[in-house]
Amino acid sequence: MNKEINYTGPSCPLPLDRYPKITSAHGGGGRLTRELVKKIFAEAFRESNPEIEHDSAILQLNKGRLAFTTDSYVVDPLFFPGGDIGKLAVCGTVNDLAMAGAKPMYLSVAMIIEEGFETALLWKIALSMQSAASEANCRIVTGDTKTVQHGKGHGIYINTSGVGLVPDSIEIHPSQVRAGDAVIINGDIGRHGIAVLTAREKLEFEDRIESDCASLSGTIEALLDSGIEIHCLRDLTRGGLGAGLNEIAESSGMGIVVEENRIPIIPPIAGACEILGFDPIYIANEGRFICFVPKASAEKTVAILKEKSPFKDPAIIGTVDAKAGGMVIMNTAIGSRRVIDMPSGEQFPRIC
Amino acid sequence: MSAGLKYIDEFRDPERIECLLDRIKKRITGDWTIMEVCGGQTHAIIRHGLDRILPDGINIVHGPGCPVCIVPPHVIDNAVTIAEDKKVILCTFGDMLRVPGTNTDFLKARASGCDIRAVYSPLDALQVALDETDREVVFLAIGFETTAPANALAVARAQSMRVKNFTLLTAQALIPPLVETILRDPGNVIQGLLAPGHVCTVDGYQEYEMLTARYNIPIVVTGFEPYDLMDGIYHLVTLLEKGENVVVNSYARAVKREGNLSAKKIVKEYFEIGEGSWRGLGRIPRSGLHLREKYGHFNAEKKFQVNTGPVEETSGCRSAEVLRGKIKPEDCPLFGAECTPENPFGAPMVSSEGVCAAYYKYRRLNHGKADIDG
Repeated sequence: MNKEINYTGPSCPLPLDRYPKITSAHGGGGRLTRELVKKIFAEAFRESNPEIEHDSAILQLNKGRLAFTTDSYVVDPLFFPGGDIGKLAVCGTVNDLAMAGAKPMYLSVAMIIEEGFETALLWKIALSMQSAASEANCRIVTGDTKTVQHGKGHGIYINTSGVGLVPDSIEIHPSQVRAGDAVIINGDIGRHGIAVLTAREKLEFEDRIESDCASLSGTIEALLDSGIEIHCLRDLTRGGLGAGLNEIAESSGMGIVVEENRIPIIPPIAGACEILGFDPIYIANEGRFICFVPKASAEKTVAILKEKSPFKDPAIIGTVDAKAGGMVIMNTAIGSRRVIDMPSGEQFPRIC
Repeated sequence: MSAGLKYIDEFRDPERIECLLDRIKKRITGDWTIMEVCGGQTHAIIRHGLDRILPDGINIVHGPGCPVCIVPPHVIDNAVTIAEDKKVILCTFGDMLRVPGTNTDFLKARASGCDIRAVYSPLDALQVALDETDREVVFLAIGFETTAPANALAVARAQSMRVKNFTLLTAQALIPPLVETILRDPGNVIQGLLAPGHVCTVDGYQEYEMLTARYNIPIVVTGFEPYDLMDGIYHLVTLLEKGENVVVNSYARAVKREGNLSAKKIVKEYFEIGEGSWRGLGRIPRSGLHLREKYGHFNAEKKFQVNTGPVEETSGCRSAEVLRGKIKPEDCPLFGAECTPENPFGAPMVSSEGVCAAYYKYRRLNHGKADIDG
């Protein structure tokens, strides 16, 4: 299961009775901004040892190639079963680096905070970010804070950027996908989207559904260390498995054929999707990825994923087929074939 | 709410479906054109590729039962006019957001400053009215017999709680008159109907017995899972082959002949049957459910004095023929080329129950690119 986030840590060093809520002055660049940065961020990210006395962090690099990525996080609600916006912001960027075969090293964190946001929650989010960064073995080294007027933001928005080192021998890219490659997923789909939706809309299901939000860098490192020739990786976030498969099919020009009954999905998610009229292949994940490897390495890949994946139900879900150029096709459970299209916009629950 | 739903798998069991398919193949001798009425059934058929495994003699055409698709453009225009008032919060089902009106849609109206919110149920909209008492909350009450009871319930709650800032803008349709319009058409080619299981769960199937008698057509009340649909088709083919024009209920685990009496009662209390005007189908007598006069204070059209009547559709969209089962989406020259889910010319391309959306999503293969069977 997911490691529980440690919110307990030290108590917030910014005196909460004096500033229980973030004010516009906290984003004004003056004394209060400095106090916020020093007492919240420098403290929470102490393990990362961020550069707060200088305009930039100076990073020592060895020779090699850098992967560089950025992402912004606007999740609602900010805290959901299995995670929060802070954990998401770190894991999301760490995972984007990992998908390029990079070892995540340094992160930046920029926050846009709405006036009136509770300082105690900000502290909690900062602690959660550090905890996720430590788990991924990378450092938060620089950041920025701005405040916006009350009513002009949704509590807090976070942007993180990250750099990581790509080992010399690694070429992980959609262009490396080859006909006959096995398509492997590291676990069951749909947890994050359904967890966030049920928290936001206050839906109640018998089983508590937790987000799969997790850092994948350790898993990818284990795969790389094993010597498996990984052709391509893609994390399955917004748009879910359906979008991820289509992106790779389009970029590689190859077709992908997946088997519906091999796609892992736990009954509570399948049930929730049935009730709401959603297709689980388009539901967001935050700890799932697909991996393209030569067929001969498929079983070994699954074995490593079983060892490393938090939910331990990775599966070979399909193969790359040059004939179906650029398309994703599903062999359905009832024995027919259909297209899996790129999703258009968000999914809405059925009306009747 | 139970999320277990283990029984779903049984209704998607390949062996059981194969077995029904064999029975259909043994039974069929002629060529039959049948229509599934409901958009949920359309999506299930296309998503699971059922029409591709059926024998060639069965031609499935798709009916008008997509609640979003038949909402006429003038209703969207009226809703946007109402929402332009800064006091108003317009609540609607998410599926309506991208449906084109005459010149705009809700997403565009929202981007230009209207407060338009997607809700999951009319009771959520009522809650917004309770939370924001200084605003006027208007719920766009669309749908068929299936959604009408919840809309009525929201008005009933608002009435008993004396809520003054909640109104409905209704575009509620009744299925049997829509189907009748199609059957009455001199060019009608439909020989058998799969009746919509969810609508019949609420309303029963007595009205379909009348349709059977009037138009000499067999009807099978049908569910939504692959097994349900194959079972419905099997019964329909059997009736067609025997020449028996009756109603058979193949969705008995949900549907009773008289329907859900308490749901029907609350609908009757708050709504009355009147003329309706629908996208692609035009004006149809006794096809709409309107708020009764005595609940006029919950009627947004009255409160906000909007009454733009039906407008001519000029987009070139052939949804009128699609919704009547006269053509399939791919017969429309706009389909998949100019008309896509990102740039829809008509509602059937945007709704999750729309037939064009189903073909685009699961069948785009016939339009360029490779064939999945190739």
